[in-house]
Amino acid sequence: MSIKGKSYIIGVYEHPTRLATDKTVPQLHAESAKGAIEDAGITKDDIDGYFCAAGDTPGLGALSMIDYMGLKLKHWDSTDTGGSSYLLQVGHAAEAIAAGKCNIALITLAGRPRAEGMATGTAPRQPAVPMPESAFEIPYGPATANMYAMCAMRHMHQYGTTSEQLAWVKVAASHHAQYNEHAMLRDVVTVEDVVNSPMIADPLHRLDCCVISDGGGAIIVARPEIAKNLKRPKIAVIGCGEAPKNQYGGKNLDLTHSGAVVSGPLAFAEAGVKPGDIKYASIYDSFTITVVMQIEDLGFCAKGEGGKFVSDGNLISGVGKLPFNTDGGGLCNNHPSNRGGLTKVVEAVRQLRGEAHPAVQVRNCDIALAHGTGGSLGTRHGAATVIMERE
Amino acid sequence: MADRKITAPQPNSETQAFWDAAGEGKLLIKKCNACGEVHFYPRANCPFCFSGDTVWQQASGQGTIYTYSVMRRAPVPYAIAYVTLAEGPTMMTNIVDCDLDGIKIGQQVKLVFKPSEGGPPVPCFAPV
Repeated sequence: MSIKGKSYIIGVYEHPTRLATDKTVPQLHAESAKGAIEDAGITKDDIDGYFCAAGDTPGLGALSMIDYMGLKLKHWDSTDTGGSSYLLQVGHAAEAIAAGKCNIALITLAGRPRAEGMATGTAPRQPAVPMPESAFEIPYGPATANMYAMCAMRHMHQYGTTSEQLAWVKVAASHHAQYNEHAMLRDVVTVEDVVNSPMIADPLHRLDCCVISDGGGAIIVARPEIAKNLKRPKIAVIGCGEAPKNQYGGKNLDLTHSGAVVSGPLAFAEAGVKPGDIKYASIYDSFTITVVMQIEDLGFCAKGEGGKFVSDGNLISGVGKLPFNTDGGGLCNNHPSNRGGLTKVVEAVRQLRGEAHPAVQVRNCDIALAHGTGGSLGTRHGAATVIMERE
Repeated sequence: MADRKITAPQPNSETQAFWDAAGEGKLLIKKCNACGEVHFYPRANCPFCFSGDTVWQQASGQGTIYTYSVMRRAPVPYAIAYVTLAEGPTMMTNIVDCDLDGIKIGQQVKLVFKPSEGGPPVPCFAPV
């Protein structure tokens, strides 16, 4: 069964907060849901499906949040793949709708790591419950930054990628973020600014890293009949793919590719389009290297050519061939709950509707892609790709 | 400069033998008697063929750096790495007892153990 064209994204919302000192996480979920409901022009009681990630919804899976928001449902799913969860959940919602399990599905994300002072990319994370690999990784100090740094180091060794090439990803994001009044970092930066910023974990500099922010967001996916009766642009979900990548027992470990090598082709095949058809791409940008690897793995360029591809403004809207993350992305705008997948869909929908900031709006944007990874490119992660089309 | 404090690994019934051996200065990996593959980190069941007939094998302690990164934003900078063992599997580790600025991908390294805080010593590697 294909999900192509069997559901539409009818509502999106990005919470404007970046520091939620006076709000709770459930409140941020609910406020995000409310924003998407209003954007779609439906009511809360129209929603009969709910999708979230267990890791950022307090309680047992989705149950507490379903109770808190007073949802009456026929279907739900709280699969957690980290930051890519919400991309994966667009696919799961599309599947559920195509199978007749629900009609209107709500997806939410929220978190306040900044207000709680708990989030950092440089301190090793301690899992509350030991994972099977914990004893063989935690002693060595795996933080977030140094795991992605090891991918970058290997990519540089294997393909000749340079710090200057990685810096172009941040430069492009900053060019877009200057127009976003909610973005945390709105100053346009140069390649020199990035490579001269303090080294965090070799070879990644401070400006190679994304921001840490509070916030949230929501997406509403619905059956075609419902979407067609709403007074909003029609954004069809035409292809989805998902894939985990693991360490394969330590055999032939390759940190230069991501799960996008599987999720990307699945999504493109279902959508019946090619990378060259994509007018705008939201690409998960936890770090600059994340973007380079995923652009290669999705087929926008050959493996190892990502550094050259992102250089010279090729990701800047109105300048380059592949406008990306026109809200400023995780590198400049926000990274709510350390999970950037939901906002990737939101900006793609803005682009398809023609509702992005005029300075970054892509002309004739009819097909867009949103892609992310969750977990760590340096160990194990879940990749998810969503391709959308404006009708 | 003082060494970084290493969080103690928590042995369990699947890995107790590994950590007991570590206490004696030996690095063990798992080999599957059914398919012949070796793997790391060690599991009771082979991640390749799912056979439960896996046995411990002592690694030579020789390896090559697959990749690494020096964490600068830490009280004591340290080098995390993946080292490919001579026996095949690649494992996460630290590169120790060296100038952190001199580490290179492809470098030959050898096994050394470093004490953890209140737990068994953990396998690390130093340039040959």
